[in-house]
Amino acid sequence: MTAQQWTLALVVASFALYIGIAIRSRASTTKEFYVAGTGVSPLANGMATAADWMSAASFLGMAGLISFMGYDGSVYLMGWTGGYVLLALLLAPYLRKFGAFTVPDFVGDRYYSQTARIVAVVCAIFISFTYVAGQMRGVGIVFGRFLEVDIDVGVYIGMAVVFFYAVLGGMKGITYTQVAQYCVLIFAYLVPAIFLSIMVTGNPIPQLGLGGVDLASGMPLLERLNGLNTELGFTEYTSGTKSMLDVFFITTALMVGTAGLPHVIIRFYTVPRVRDARVSVGWALVFIALLYTTAPAIAVFARTNLINSISETPYSEVPEWFTTWEDTGLLRFEDLNGDGRIQFVGPNSPMENELTVDNDIIVLANPEIAELPNWVIGLVAAGGLAAALSTAAGLLLVVSSAVSHDLLKRSLMPEISERGELLAARFAAAAAVLFAGYLGTHPPGYVAQVVAFAFGLAASSFFPIIILGIFSKRTTREGAIVGMISGIALTGAYIVWFTLMHPELSNADNWWFGISPQGIGTVGMLLNFAVTMTVSRFTPEPPEHVQRMVDSIRVPRSVA
Amino acid sequence: MPEDTTARHKEYWRRNIRYVGMLLAVWFLVSFGFGILLVEPLNSVNLPGTAYPLGFWFAQQGAIYVFVVLIFVYVKLMNGLDQEFGVSEEDGA
Repeated sequence: MTAQQWTLALVVASFALYIGIAIRSRASTTKEFYVAGTGVSPLANGMATAADWMSAASFLGMAGLISFMGYDGSVYLMGWTGGYVLLALLLAPYLRKFGAFTVPDFVGDRYYSQTARIVAVVCAIFISFTYVAGQMRGVGIVFGRFLEVDIDVGVYIGMAVVFFYAVLGGMKGITYTQVAQYCVLIFAYLVPAIFLSIMVTGNPIPQLGLGGVDLASGMPLLERLNGLNTELGFTEYTSGTKSMLDVFFITTALMVGTAGLPHVIIRFYTVPRVRDARVSVGWALVFIALLYTTAPAIAVFARTNLINSISETPYSEVPEWFTTWEDTGLLRFEDLNGDGRIQFVGPNSPMENELTVDNDIIVLANPEIAELPNWVIGLVAAGGLAAALSTAAGLLLVVSSAVSHDLLKRSLMPEISERGELLAARFAAAAAVLFAGYLGTHPPGYVAQVVAFAFGLAASSFFPIIILGIFSKRTTREGAIVGMISGIALTGAYIVWFTLMHPELSNADNWWFGISPQGIGTVGMLLNFAVTMTVSRFTPEPPEHVQRMVDSIRVPRSVA
Repeated sequence: MPEDTTARHKEYWRRNIRYVGMLLAVWFLVSFGFGILLVEPLNSVNLPGTAYPLGFWFAQQGAIYVFVVLIFVYVKLMNGLDQEFGVSEEDGA
């Protein structure tokens, strides 16, 4: 079978599986639709969270990003996993005890204020839509590359599948499809990584291979790559180019942003008990770590392979995969000095670089570069789709529940019946899928920056006020509202200024203290904390019933 | 009894905060400490038995493993604490 036939077979089979699961787990009450009836086992929820969390960017983009960034890529590895420690220790158990359906639910009740609820709804919807645009695009791109259908058609197919299980099954349908999607994506990620690790280092475990010896040169792999990088005028792989302060701030923003993302937080509403919420975060991180510790290994294997197979190679003798990927535009060669050879060099080299490599290619082209069997290529495509679809579904649920629950039931139409609310939730989910599809087919030209925006916003809005809501009874509604707004305003203005209005000024000389727009969420978070605490001190303390509520969420089970 | 319960809950919360504080100190140390602030001095040695520069290993592998362990330690500590203070969900609804 050809790679394309394998891809088609595996993609169709995986989609049939997702739809089959969706039919079996339809939601019939709002509790099932929003939180899967709180009946999900901690292990299953951990897997679902991992799939929910790991997006097209984690699956397709991250290894490539690290491959080009070297040590600087650590910000993603630590940032996107360290947030789970915060989630486990500071958020998940208490929010589970509170027992709400959505994040704005908690914000509105804890801060006894409809204004706070509405601010939270707006943040939740904005964060989720910015994030989902990238996912739908990812679906389209995988279809486009592997099955040679138009990218827009790919987006429509993806929409149809998500529509089916998100609208029908709500959280219940999403949860069990996400479990299946995790299995598909992790298998698809590990198989090529294991093959590569054996090929490059002789060790079948990529995490160990990375610290092992390069078979071709007999040198320690990382030392070998440092040597190659230096020779070609790049920075040493194991040292970075970003300032330490910026690395510190970006890592913090990503950690805190992760812990503040509504689609991740609501997953911990779906387990039966507080103790389940705690251990479930642990399982989620185990499943995430499996991919996140493999990614840096793939990054190094792929980079070493790439340099070895193409650096100074005559263009007429390039391997077949090179030409295939050139056709997609992800790989571009321009013979600037006319010597017919490929110069792939860094900024410190006296020569000019002639090769442009897209980040995504590292994961997508790996099976071909390593000459793996055709079924592995199909598997990678199915895995990329699983990663994108599972994240999209989780985000769309946040949007639909923010509209039907927080906006309708809790704000505008408190009298709405259970059936009416469920119907509204389905309509909202359907509308969200259509809008996401629109974003996928008409992507804003700056998807990557917009995703940084989602993290910055989550870090500077939700994280501080949820933490303070649990850990400080004295925090008042006035404090929370002013704090959220000032956090978002600062973060938003900084990101919009440097990435949308004046991208040409976006460099370390113009940034405040050298903090990049990616790291500014940390400053927004600190501002939110400071403002909320100060304002709370000078405003009347929260009413008695709110203080009692805070007492009750701090303890798993109250003693009668 | 209610007075007594309130005092017990306060003590439970104090212990909880202490656990969280200890675990977050480790969380900070392995990521921001070893992986970022001290990465260069640590890179001058390798992780024993491997070819990993130590600082780089913490930043790209080690911190993540420690994060996983921290969460499970927290689960164990808190389940114990719940038992000790009679607020465990295992004893009934």
